[in-house]
Amino acid sequence: MSGRFEPLPGGGASLALDEVEISILRSLAMQLAELIGPGDQPAEGGDPLDALFADGPSKPPADPALARLFPDAYRAPDQELGPREEKEAREASAEFRRFTENDLRARKRDDALTVVRDLDSLAAGAPAGAPGVLELAPQKARHWLTALNDLRLAIGTRLEVTDEDDGGDLLRLPDSDPRKPMVMAYFWLGGLQETLVETLMPE
Amino acid sequence: MGRVSVTPVEIERPETREAPMSVPEPDVPWVTVVHNDPVNLMSYVTYVFQSYFGYSKDKAHRLMLDVHHKGRAIVSSGSREEMERDVQAMHGYGLWATLQQER
Repeated sequence: MSGRFEPLPGGGASLALDEVEISILRSLAMQLAELIGPGDQPAEGGDPLDALFADGPSKPPADPALARLFPDAYRAPDQELGPREEKEAREASAEFRRFTENDLRARKRDDALTVVRDLDSLAAGAPAGAPGVLELAPQKARHWLTALNDLRLAIGTRLEVTDEDDGGDLLRLPDSDPRKPMVMAYFWLGGLQETLVETLMPE
Repeated sequence: MGRVSVTPVEIERPETREAPMSVPEPDVPWVTVVHNDPVNLMSYVTYVFQSYFGYSKDKAHRLMLDVHHKGRAIVSSGSREEMERDVQAMHGYGLWATLQQER
């Protein structure tokens, strides 16, 4: 797997993908959309409009990958808080979450599903066995960029990536390690994201 | 001097000790802090600071290096509402951001 985005003349980016790469990327993006989920749904038979006005959750997600995608807004990881400040930070974070998390979830899910749909169009248009060339307009490319980043955050959290892993221990895992396929996907996605950022970087 | 030192007992106000501290001081600005994490690419963090805040390439790069080396950087300051908007936007980009009042 050696994909890289190339800049398109006039803006945007292109990427050549073979069938296997399309299927891996599609599957990862779909899993991300499912992980993000619809958030809190109205009860069975309830008015779907209620969802528009419903408060979001007030507690951080229990899943570590989701907790990384939707962090507390008032609790810094490096801050030592006394009991009273801790309580204030927790309450303010809960309040912030109630008003923002559902919207954020919807946007992140849409970005992941944009990737799925674009890959489906690409697969449908490409002759069997031949690589397809994905072309993204600048606006579309920005949705892809966010989705690729969210994917790497989710996988990186699952793999418990640390700063020291920068091309280090994870790359040297033996082929027999069960984490190996996910590690390869993680670094492949890193290359895709890095080359996509380059095409979008403002001067 | 005498007037100050003869009333130490009166100065202790256990019931109200917490109240003044929990009321935010209006003239103390809030800040958005971005924290280091091992996954986000340095180029991506720079890109976000440039495209969302409109910072120059140099400033965005400098802030990114602060995040990377010092573990955190203050990327914007203003009212609480403004900082909540910035934090929400940073979460949208997948950056780990929090807001706090500069004490």
